[in-house]
Amino acid sequence: MLRLMRTRLSASWWRQLWAQALATPHFRLTSPPYYITHQKGRYSSQANRESTSFVMNLFNGQFVPDNVFPFPSVLSMEQTQSLQALVDPCTRFFEEVNDPAENEKLESIETATLAGLKEMGAFGLQVPEELGGIGLTNTQYARVVEVVGVHDLGVGISLGAHQSIGFKGILLFGTQSQKEKYLPKLASGETMAAFCLTEPSSGSDAASIKTLAELSECGKFYTLNGGKIWISNGGTAEIFTVFAKTPVKEPTGEVKDKISAFIVERAFGGVTSGPPEKKMGIKCSNTAEVHFDNVKVPAENLLGELGKGFMVAMNILNNGRFGMASALSGTMRGVIVKAVDHAANRKQFGDKISNYGAIQEKIARMAMLHYVTESMAYVVSANMDMKVPDYKLEASISKIFASEAAWYVTDECIQVLGGMGYMKETGVERVLRDLRIFRIFEGTNDILRLFVALTGIEYAGVQLKNLRTTIMNPSGKTEMILKDIGMRAKRKVGIPTGLSLEGMVHPGLDNSAHLVTRAIDLFGEAVESLLLKYGEKVIGGCLCGCCQPASNQPSDDVKGHSRHLACCKTRHLGAEPRQGVLPEQRFCHLLQRSLLSPSSSPHFPSEFLPATHSLLCPPHLSEYRPRWCASIPWVSSLRHAGLKAPPVPAWSLAGLQDCGAAGVSE
Amino acid sequence: MAALRALVGVKRVIDYAVKVRVRPGGGVVTDGVKHSMNPFCEIALEEAVRLRERGRLQEIVVVSCGPQQCQETIRTALAMGADRGLHVEIPAPQYESLGPFQVAKILAALAKKEGVSLVLLGKQAIDDDCNQTGQMAAALLDWPQGTFASALTLEGEQLTVEREVDGGLESIRLRLPAVVTADLRLNEPRYATLPNIMKAKKKKIEVLKASDLGVDLASRLAVQCVEEPPQRQAGVKVETVDDLVGKLKEGGLI
Repeated sequence: MLRLMRTRLSASWWRQLWAQALATPHFRLTSPPYYITHQKGRYSSQANRESTSFVMNLFNGQFVPDNVFPFPSVLSMEQTQSLQALVDPCTRFFEEVNDPAENEKLESIETATLAGLKEMGAFGLQVPEELGGIGLTNTQYARVVEVVGVHDLGVGISLGAHQSIGFKGILLFGTQSQKEKYLPKLASGETMAAFCLTEPSSGSDAASIKTLAELSECGKFYTLNGGKIWISNGGTAEIFTVFAKTPVKEPTGEVKDKISAFIVERAFGGVTSGPPEKKMGIKCSNTAEVHFDNVKVPAENLLGELGKGFMVAMNILNNGRFGMASALSGTMRGVIVKAVDHAANRKQFGDKISNYGAIQEKIARMAMLHYVTESMAYVVSANMDMKVPDYKLEASISKIFASEAAWYVTDECIQVLGGMGYMKETGVERVLRDLRIFRIFEGTNDILRLFVALTGIEYAGVQLKNLRTTIMNPSGKTEMILKDIGMRAKRKVGIPTGLSLEGMVHPGLDNSAHLVTRAIDLFGEAVESLLLKYGEKVIGGCLCGCCQPASNQPSDDVKGHSRHLACCKTRHLGAEPRQGVLPEQRFCHLLQRSLLSPSSSPHFPSEFLPATHSLLCPPHLSEYRPRWCASIPWVSSLRHAGLKAPPVPAWSLAGLQDCGAAGVSE
Repeated sequence: MAALRALVGVKRVIDYAVKVRVRPGGGVVTDGVKHSMNPFCEIALEEAVRLRERGRLQEIVVVSCGPQQCQETIRTALAMGADRGLHVEIPAPQYESLGPFQVAKILAALAKKEGVSLVLLGKQAIDDDCNQTGQMAAALLDWPQGTFASALTLEGEQLTVEREVDGGLESIRLRLPAVVTADLRLNEPRYATLPNIMKAKKKKIEVLKASDLGVDLASRLAVQCVEEPPQRQAGVKVETVDDLVGKLKEGGLI
């Protein structure tokens, strides 16, 4: 019986039993606040157990809806209320006090604004209340950051570099005394923080850093030497999270250089920073070189364990990514408002341009991408609040998707605005320049795509290996073996393997849901055939090549294989080009019909523009999730038609599209 | 000197940025519409907070009359610096007919009950624009009133109010207890900061019923109808001055 418990079949029973129940809010009401459960970050071990991650399991050809269906709702009534109370003053502050154009001209945040932000408490949103912060959960943080994203990405970067990565390490991995020493001042904005990883010769290949920290003979301090570049807040920060190589003695007695993380104060002496860099966008945020010249770092300022710095860095970055998606969804909301305003007022050829199909399609696509991005941002933040251990792929995908969607949406906004959009005065060209960096920093989209593909494949490989072991040693596991063999046989002859989204999505989306499940099947099959052909060794090599090249340089052969693998995946997903496009078109169609053509839609008589506006202006009254369901016209159009609004299917589509896209990058 | 306590009224109104729409069957659409604190109440509250910061007042009690959602407005007031809140719960059907006179009676009763020396109100609410509550409350309490205040100084029991009147500014001196209503230029209210919002969650809000205060909410007014302002009709362009004069004469305007 105990053995049965571990099989896939029983796992799905458990899922049915628990996933539904856990998805209802009152089961989660009692979840303790962020800071209690996040007191200590965990090193995520690589895929050696069954993951509940939706994306991870796609690589295995499995559909695991636990964390995404129905759309997770994690805020308690009280948390929702305090969030509502926070959003309004934040929005007002950014509308009335902050001047993005002026910030850009000054190439720094205006003094009054900065003081206001500090007073607002914007520098310590996730720091526990007892340490002087606001103690927001990830979901609450995402909503507040969304407001920042609507108005000024430059300010957003300054705040993000400070708290999303700058001192996140202290929050996740710091000891109690480190937290008590640093967090209160950081939370009040008295001191700024920065995250120092990138070096002149080490960008995406983060493991190749050269900055060195050596332990003194007395063992009381490390001497830090090296230089970091493009450090956000580098010129203004007093506290730095610095990654450096440290000599670590292996159990074998061999001494190896491994990365460790340190909390470094400017006051230690020997820390210097260069002049602010001249950049394409986000000009008001400070970016500078930081140099460490014989900096004496006390041994107690080691962050996390010695030699575990790489994991610390990756965990901080993973943990910070959801904020980028939510900020960018705010940005998209902001530019869509501008596009819609213009379209609804501009007359050409005797009619408002919002009545022309060309513009309608643009705006519908913009709204769709925004919808997907926002859904992703909040599914990731909710997963984090639900303590799902494994969200790194989802977080990476949300960052990739958000940064590219925001670029497209802003570009199209300029197009809708025409000549006006190209003018500085309108303020959209600044947004376009500002958000270009999001495709580059905190892991370039290209590297993240590789990361998603390879992590997923590695996971599938481990699962396959487990299956092989089971088949070799089948005592008592016949059921599981038969199920797996049956699944593969079905795939071979093209019978659906029984994956279904039925009952999880609105019946109106059944066709799209069918395509999604079909794609999952094909995708799982493609991954598996590659694994069988090349074996786990190659995959292991690929991963090392991506994540830890210093320890294991990939051979050309391996690169060739991963290219092949990428091509195969693309082919497999590309074999049905409509599966990505069709749901998209469907959304598009629905949106167009309901959002932009009041005359042709019986459901939206006079509500057209108000509805669009309530969709586009941040509604302060409703909580973040239902506001979507209520304000998305096609959802409410379904409601008008007497149908129940569907749970959000966007995640699955986006996830799949992105997995598909993940192959293209190599 | 006894501790000076101020009662500040904060009304929950439809946000000033919202375009108000008439509801078929009377009244205006309020469901799903953004509400916030009446801007004049914000100014009154800000003044009270500043007086307390200068040590002229010891405690600020905010009060709001209306349905459950009024507590959000009270929370905002607490986040801006008020010390505790009173929510006089009035169920939605009764709230529809609640006018300045009923609110003034509630405020007067509360002012006596709480032993306050100063009642600070906005000069009017931006929803019904009545501009009566402060005056009525003063009359009911038989206290002096300083309405449309654009500056306010409090020295002990002496209150100097600079009032905005048609001809300019008028300075009056009052002796506490008194009722003061705030005009637009009295101050610029602060933003509620996030740490204060979190702290405000721990402040107390006492929920009362009008009957607890012995106030009769029966209204003596009946609203006949609520209509949208008429749409502006298209005008005509005239070619010459003579035409214009002709048209004006035609309309009986000159």
